[in-house]
Amino acid sequence: MSEELELLEGTAAIAKSAIAAGMTFFAGYPMSPFTGLLESLSAMMPEAGGVCINAESEIEGVNMTLGAGAAGARAGTGSCGQGIALMQEAIAEAALNETPFVVFNLARGASDYFQCTKGGGWNDYRTITLAPKSVHEAVEHTQLAFHLADKYRAPAIVYGDPLMARTTVGINIKKLDFGDLPQKDWALDGSMSGTGKSRQVWTWAMGKVTDPGPEMDAHWRYIAEKFNTIDGIEQRHEELWCDDADTIVVAWGTGALFAEKAVSELRKAGHKVGIFRPITLWPFPGPALERVAEGKRVLVFEANAGQCLEDVYQWVPRRRVTFIGRVSVDHTGMNFGDIMDAPVVRQLILEHLDNQAATAGANQ
Amino acid sequence: MSAPSKQLPIVDSTTPPDGTVKVADPNPSLILGAHSLCPGCGEPVALRLLMESLQDLGIVDRSIGVVGHGCYGSFVRIMDIDVLQCLHGRAPSCATGIKRVRPDSVVFTLQGDGDMVNEGLQEVLHSAARAENITCILLNNGVFGDTGGQATATTVVGQRTKTSLDGRDPAKHGYPIPVSDLVASLDGSGYVARGHVGDPGGVTRTKKMIKEALQSQLDGNGLSLVEILTMCPTGWFVPAGEGPNYQQQSMEQTYPMGVLKRPGGAD
Ligand SMILES: Cc1ncc(C[n+]2csc(CCOP(=O)(O)OP(=O)(O)O)c2C)c(N)n1
Ligand code: SF4
Ligand SMILES: [Mg+2]
Repeated sequence: MSEELELLEGTAAIAKSAIAAGMTFFAGYPMSPFTGLLESLSAMMPEAGGVCINAESEIEGVNMTLGAGAAGARAGTGSCGQGIALMQEAIAEAALNETPFVVFNLARGASDYFQCTKGGGWNDYRTITLAPKSVHEAVEHTQLAFHLADKYRAPAIVYGDPLMARTTVGINIKKLDFGDLPQKDWALDGSMSGTGKSRQVWTWAMGKVTDPGPEMDAHWRYIAEKFNTIDGIEQRHEELWCDDADTIVVAWGTGALFAEKAVSELRKAGHKVGIFRPITLWPFPGPALERVAEGKRVLVFEANAGQCLEDVYQWVPRRRVTFIGRVSVDHTGMNFGDIMDAPVVRQLILEHLDNQAATAGANQ
Repeated sequence: MSAPSKQLPIVDSTTPPDGTVKVADPNPSLILGAHSLCPGCGEPVALRLLMESLQDLGIVDRSIGVVGHGCYGSFVRIMDIDVLQCLHGRAPSCATGIKRVRPDSVVFTLQGDGDMVNEGLQEVLHSAARAENITCILLNNGVFGDTGGQATATTVVGQRTKTSLDGRDPAKHGYPIPVSDLVASLDGSGYVARGHVGDPGGVTRTKKMIKEALQSQLDGNGLSLVEILTMCPTGWFVPAGEGPNYQQQSMEQTYPMGVLKRPGGAD
């Protein structure tokens, strides 16, 4: 059965997917390459019955989104890493006061891994982070992020880059079903005002004097426990050609696409290489990596100084891990740089395989 | 350097002075219990006026509050209203998000001068410029009451605070910001007024302003703001009973009372 395909640029496809997921509020502040998403939503949201605000700052945008989320709407905001740095206080606040929304980091490259996964806000919190490798996957992750945000009442991040934002694809966007969710009976709509059972969205969870809440200590322990639960349930990853491999390349986001191409060529040339791709950067699929990489060499490829690398170290002994990425910027400000190129990745992997062979030979 | 015109004695404000009483009794219907603020504080009076106004207008069951960070933050526990306790300064932005997805609700913010005029000045100005249909209630006492009486952007010239020990000196600390005038100057604001709760007349007029501001929201006239001067004897370092006098002699000289803007023209 053939389906109708539509030609859409990445940002427009993500915008359409967010609307299909039921997003009715979006607020963002321009920054390339995220800007395309803001422009697409400005054009599409009114027709879809939603609201898109060109916020006056990232801080205002994320707090508007927090308000809309607290009122029960599916709400989103976005920027690049630099703008999302300004949103950290509100992302942490939402994790603590349990307000779901989705943050689109259509970033200028792969250097926001720490920001997404470790956060820059206050207190014990985590942010679910999905790192799609393509526009098609970003479209799916957009809807999954809204589902996970609502399921766990926590902000979730979709982390893309200029390649994802600006690649045009033929695609068919439908509403995806990830299962039922509980009613948002906690959402603020004013209907409980004056009933003696009015609602409260509050990081401190003090409750009302007539109906005390758990208060900070118990509430924050509960939040920490909730993130432990998410860690146990929501890890996602992809394995390619790992079974017969003696070397595993760890790569994520669009970087993984280049690594896939390079590794497929190397395999044709007889090298036993596989790929492990974390799809959720947090929760990091550590146990799966540990299993896949057992007894094997691990090469970590990412276009930054070694951020995912730190998570890999938690699960694979350091002596078996080699970092083959590097800071890689270009002159467009979009920070792809030289290593986002399949022949370059192939060479980086090959150099390591040759070194290995040489070392193995020297040991004999 | 100009010396402050008036020096008032520093008093022990950790215990109520003899003969003082709490200025606002709990209103049993929308105020769930006693407040925990200082004797002589103006903020509970303002809260009571706001709650009564919601009741008088018959809009309680669609009212949503967004409360910032200051002593009034503790009202989140005693007001029987669906409430978002938001980040410091961000209430107008959060209120924007709420109102845009629930246009039939009545959304108000409760903020202090530190919250609105220091940390969140751009939020209230931009929200007013966007003509958001929300009502902002500013409790202006010219200090960070909650953190112990430091200077804010509305501290008046000559006012002693913990970070302007010899009084606010323009040469050192600059000038106070009349935020209501700024908001009134923007086309997106519908109603702007400044009242006080220092005496019965002020209380009566301020309640009228709050009701007009909420009505303006119901009529879709853009952002409405009521700035209420509230006594903070603790942060002003004056006896509780002296609050209204001190307010009259200091803050009211810088911030004149009245309606600055209403649909169809001011007073
Ligand atoms: C981001 C942030 N900075 C600082 C504080 C500390 N803080 C809590 S209340 C407050 C002052 C509030 O002053 P105001 O809004 O005037 O309220 P008042 O206590 O005077 O009623 C401050 C600075 C905070 N909670 N959050
Ligand atoms: S410090 Fe000032 S504002 Fe705070 S409760 Fe006391 S009198 Fe009121
Ligand atoms: Mg104050």
